[in-house]
Amino acid sequence: MEQLIANLSLGFSVALTLNNLMYCLIGCLLGTLIGVLPGIGPVATIAMLLPATFTLPPESSLIMLAGIYYGAQYGGSTTAILINIPGESSSVVTALDGYQMARQGRAGPALATAALGSFFAGTVATILLAVASPPLAQLAFKFGSAEYFSLMTLGLIAAVVLAHGSVVKAVAMIILGLLLGLVGTDVNSGMARFSFGVPELSDGIGFVAVAMGVFGLAEIMKNLEQNEEEREVFLAKVTNLWPSKQDFKDATPAVLRGTALGSLLGILPGGGAVLASFAAYTLEKKIAKDPSKFGKGDIRGVASPESANNAAAQTSFIPLLTLGIPPNPVMALMVGAMIIQGIQPGPQVMTERPQLFWGMIASMWIGNLMLVVLNLPLIGIWIKLLTVPYRLLYPAILVFCAIGVYSLSNASFDVVITAAFGFLGYLFVKLECEPAPLLLGFILGPMMEENLRRAMLLSRGDATTFFTRPLSATLLAIALLLLIVILLPAIRKKREQAFQEE
Amino acid sequence: MKLKNPKDFWSGVMFATFGLAFAIVVKHYDYPMGTASRMGAGYFPFVLGCVMAVLGFIIIGQSIATKGTPISKFAWRPLIWVLGGFVIFGLTAQWLGLVIAIILLVMISAYGGHEFKLKESLISSAILAAGSVAVFVYGLKLPFPVWPEFFG
Repeated sequence: MEQLIANLSLGFSVALTLNNLMYCLIGCLLGTLIGVLPGIGPVATIAMLLPATFTLPPESSLIMLAGIYYGAQYGGSTTAILINIPGESSSVVTALDGYQMARQGRAGPALATAALGSFFAGTVATILLAVASPPLAQLAFKFGSAEYFSLMTLGLIAAVVLAHGSVVKAVAMIILGLLLGLVGTDVNSGMARFSFGVPELSDGIGFVAVAMGVFGLAEIMKNLEQNEEEREVFLAKVTNLWPSKQDFKDATPAVLRGTALGSLLGILPGGGAVLASFAAYTLEKKIAKDPSKFGKGDIRGVASPESANNAAAQTSFIPLLTLGIPPNPVMALMVGAMIIQGIQPGPQVMTERPQLFWGMIASMWIGNLMLVVLNLPLIGIWIKLLTVPYRLLYPAILVFCAIGVYSLSNASFDVVITAAFGFLGYLFVKLECEPAPLLLGFILGPMMEENLRRAMLLSRGDATTFFTRPLSATLLAIALLLLIVILLPAIRKKREQAFQEE
Repeated sequence: MKLKNPKDFWSGVMFATFGLAFAIVVKHYDYPMGTASRMGAGYFPFVLGCVMAVLGFIIIGQSIATKGTPISKFAWRPLIWVLGGFVIFGLTAQWLGLVIAIILLVMISAYGGHEFKLKESLISSAILAAGSVAVFVYGLKLPFPVWPEFFG
């Protein structure tokens, strides 16, 4: 307990410096700004803004990126409520009841509930993060290469299970990601692989290029395919922000349940915020005495998923910060950002760079507070942004993407690679292949190979090392169990239903 | 023969092609395989490539037995203009400077949308170019040339 307070006060002393507060604020604002734009999710947002943080010191850069992340989450729910277009997939369910509330002239209370619920959930999850991280990191120090390899396998398998769509396709996407991640110079032998004599490729494919192409450009082209529909925006109706007494009474237990569920699901690899919000909505509907009200503007249908996705967004930092393993694509981008800053993610971050670690945790709470304080009054501005037609928006988004990618190495090569991945991403959309597992595999590829090689070297080529070491065996057993469970027909049906809640 | 599940069929083809391509490259360029205890540069990618190819064939096999929805038509217009504008930005940013590269990107990509309004796009490209120069070149000090090289 004392240790916790000491840690947190160290964190706040870092996060509360004027500079870092400013970067946190800029991050939150930029994140919301772009999160509000329909069709640009947190992954594309972070990929887009990542280059802007390269020149900052590591603490400020990660604080700003984290700010962008919750800002984007927050912006996503604003659009879900006001125009029935979820800014990102974790607010899909928020749109169900949130938009109905807006149509009934209760957009204000819906937005306020989402904001307050998210803030509460963020607070709880941040504390959880601070409490759970040190022991988990201690455990991680016991991990050898075999354990890391097994843990990554488990993480990737779990990502498949919790993602929607075909399991086999998702596994294939992971492997494609792993392979793409291997392009470039092999660390062990110094040999350039799959570079075909192109010098830029021997440095590997930039993960920003992959993320921005597959998530950003492909998304834009997908949106352009659909006809621009008239969006109904409730401009004038956001007058009364504060929820009524009855609203508070209804929403409070929902927020608590959403927070608990979200915190738990966020730690799991793969699903994170998306799964959390879906699961929370389903739970609310199941336990409600009057489930018929859902979908018609029930405040619980906003409060619970919004709390859940924010809690999950925070707790998904736990595996990243303690084990160095990203549980979802957003965290994969954070790994990339850390590596660019010269930080190897893993349990040693906490002991070697306590300022960075605790500063980031403290900034999460501050960022959440900023979002509540700033965004409720700023809603008017975000709404104005929504009235800008898409034909003007997307070229602007492209400009920011292009500048971002170009400035990675000041060369046209990255821009061309991004366009290529844009095409690939569009192909994935057409073939219904979820791109998230690809990005996870892409980040984990080199790490997995290295740990596999080291483990095999230590065991003198004996592959049973993965099954004879108890920790590693346990992790692999869980992975296998998950895979078996998901392939059982009964559960497969349930899983499909869970992702089609509407 | 008509495909019953074209989405899965072509995904399978895509994965099998990628998998085989990676495995063949490893073999063709003779990346050292090494042994299980001392894996060479080719070991891991070769195994992954083979596994992915097998998965691709499994997906193809399944696609014959299951029913699926057809693949919606490729929207070539946005695809070509958006990606084209993006690539042209990359190729011209250094040579023609940020201002012209942005105007090109905005004009070209806007042409890929549903309705293209020349005047509107010109104005928005000018605003974006001015704003980007202010923020990225003067604010964040990114090393972009603002104007074409030959202007000095």
